[in-house]
Amino acid sequence: MTAQQTTAEVAAEIFATEIAAALNGEHRLAGLFVVPEAETLRLVAVLAGGRQLRTITTRLPHGTSAYPSVTALVPGADWYEREIHDLYGIEATGHPDLDPLVLPLRSGAPAPRPGSGDAVPPLTPSIDPLPALVTGEGLFTIPYGPVRSGVFESIEYVVETPGEDIPRVRTRVHYKHRGVEAAFVGRSVEDGVLLAERIEGVATVAHATGYCEALERLAETEVPIGAQLIRVLHAELERIANHLDSTSRHTEAAGQAVAYSRLTRHKERIMRLRAQLCGSRFGRGVVVPGGVGGPPLIGVAEFQSALGAIERDLRMDFRLLMTTPSFLDRLRGTGVLPLPLVTAHGALGPVGRGSGLEEDVRVSRPYGGYRHLGLAAPSRQAGDALARQHVRNEEIWASFHLIGQVVDELDSRGGSGSDRWAAPLEVQSGETLGWAEAPQGEVLYLLSLENGVLLRAKPRSASFHNLGLFTAAFPKDITTDFAFIEASFGLSIAGAAG
Amino acid sequence: MPWITRGVRDGVVTSHYPRRPDGYGATFRAAIAVRSPGRDALGSDPPLDSVAVLCPTRAISIESGEVRVDRGRCITCGRCVNLRPDIFAFDADIEVAEHRTDLLVAPEIREEPADLAALRDDLIRRVRALRRSIHIRHVDCGSDGTEEWEIAALTNPVYDIQRLGVFFTASPRHADLLLVTGAGSSGMLGPLQRTYEAMPAPKVVVAVGSDATAGGLFAGGYATRGGIAHEIAVDVFVPGSPPSPFSILHGILLAIGLLPARSAER
Repeated sequence: MTAQQTTAEVAAEIFATEIAAALNGEHRLAGLFVVPEAETLRLVAVLAGGRQLRTITTRLPHGTSAYPSVTALVPGADWYEREIHDLYGIEATGHPDLDPLVLPLRSGAPAPRPGSGDAVPPLTPSIDPLPALVTGEGLFTIPYGPVRSGVFESIEYVVETPGEDIPRVRTRVHYKHRGVEAAFVGRSVEDGVLLAERIEGVATVAHATGYCEALERLAETEVPIGAQLIRVLHAELERIANHLDSTSRHTEAAGQAVAYSRLTRHKERIMRLRAQLCGSRFGRGVVVPGGVGGPPLIGVAEFQSALGAIERDLRMDFRLLMTTPSFLDRLRGTGVLPLPLVTAHGALGPVGRGSGLEEDVRVSRPYGGYRHLGLAAPSRQAGDALARQHVRNEEIWASFHLIGQVVDELDSRGGSGSDRWAAPLEVQSGETLGWAEAPQGEVLYLLSLENGVLLRAKPRSASFHNLGLFTAAFPKDITTDFAFIEASFGLSIAGAAG
Repeated sequence: MPWITRGVRDGVVTSHYPRRPDGYGATFRAAIAVRSPGRDALGSDPPLDSVAVLCPTRAISIESGEVRVDRGRCITCGRCVNLRPDIFAFDADIEVAEHRTDLLVAPEIREEPADLAALRDDLIRRVRALRRSIHIRHVDCGSDGTEEWEIAALTNPVYDIQRLGVFFTASPRHADLLLVTGAGSSGMLGPLQRTYEAMPAPKVVVAVGSDATAGGLFAGGYATRGGIAHEIAVDVFVPGSPPSPFSILHGILLAIGLLPARSAER
């Protein structure tokens, strides 16, 4: 185990101040979750910093309906407390805005409380228009979504604008809330990984890895090195595909028809290569508890030649794209997120790294195959959409490099044998954390098991964490910048809606 | 200027499907097939009924010795293939779409239900007015995000759906065909209904993915409805988790009666 984990339990009254004190500029809040227990509800704050994860917990007796809010001291806790309010009916006293986020219940309807053992009848959300928060002459509200123009996931952006500037955007993600946390409860660990793959399907491999890492940490299973490397191989292909998706959306919004067409074709080639390797275009079935589903389905030579051709074409097209003024002009200065803001929020992935943060858990808390591979996390200072694009570009080249290392290593090991692909996993009881760096940023899994059955599983996607920053991304931007800012965040709504 | 030469650099990369089968379709796992539904296999290790219980979406049924996989519920995780490769296998045939969920079973029901021909005739009559210009509107009702990628892929130069006279449109008022993804999240049922109602007649609906067909792993949860067929009338179901762009394209063509004769016979 490379990362140590320390836990402290405190009284509810000092929960917020303890977290704020522990953050102290060196840690970030990585999540705030609820674990129901027999007599109490346990609140778990996960803090990340350096090579460490820390947890601070507090127990609320059943029947408690409120606790002092963390958000007032730690802004990054905002969405977590709103989510807890929706799913567990517990109020964070002093929270600035407890609007429903993932599940707007009708008044009087019971909260689903995943993991509590309660049977939950089908719930019908109440969808009322939001009251305008910004008022003034000529200001109006554009509810954009949930059905938007184009093939997009469902989300509503409530844009308050006098016509061009965007003083405020609110995000409503609850339309596609699927109740994923409840879906885990009572499942076997083998079923759990299938759910993890579908929490945020475009980051299937990262989610399955985060989930399995948690199990393997609890069971103290050593994953065979070959399997660790294959996980890296698929995770990096997934990163390339996602970054190409985000880049192609930029080109589409900028009206770069040829670039869009070229990039979507290259992305398709990556997806096909993934399917050739494992039978699934999204890497489904690759990561299983204890290892991987099996060896790659195509040979090294065939893979290398296909990947090499894609990399060559991509480098050529990116060279041209990143010198095309009509493209760069739309990204430069768009959606600026200043460093103090992303630091306070603990922003993840390219959104954080585009504004000067350097956190990449493949580097800071390396897991699996990344412990054996050299990697540096690219970072940029400007904080605009262009900086995020630069970070993604460099990550694409770093991913190609990592894949090259992995393939050489796998090739030199040679041989086969099923024992190399998955280690037996003795499932136990207990609570555990796992993580992985998805293309969107850090994925975190909190699992609680009893005799191999999931009592509670809390997936936390980077999309959920980062989408909370979206409202702050329009300081000087106008409505026509919207598509660029959205694409530069590169998030999945499924991962945010739960 | 440099982009102009870049645009023609690689020549034509577009698939000929459905006019000709596309070789690529054979390299991924589109569905689960049942190899030998005979009685002889029953009882060997592990017993088939235990494999059926282990199926995470209860897609396997055994009735009087006949093994069947309900592809509408199946999420192609391949657990059954790992446990009993003598019975189950991955199927690379991308043409998995059907008009009704009861037809999504493998092995195929040999005798076509009598009312299916009437259903198909009715659909063809409805879409005839659309001719060869079809506009699509997509609505996400709780997908995992992968179906959106695969639908969007249809506009890339490899699938180039426009070559078939099929276009995506922003407004439901211009749309002839509704593509619905996701397990039917309660929050989207209202917007789905309103989108459907905003479409002019004649209109057809295609459910994309096993989640949209039967709810997948999220069936029975508090926030989903086990697929979207309870909410609006669906004309074609495309199973898969997610279905590949080819499978989605096949489903769209099946819905608008544009499949070449050979494919339509299946």
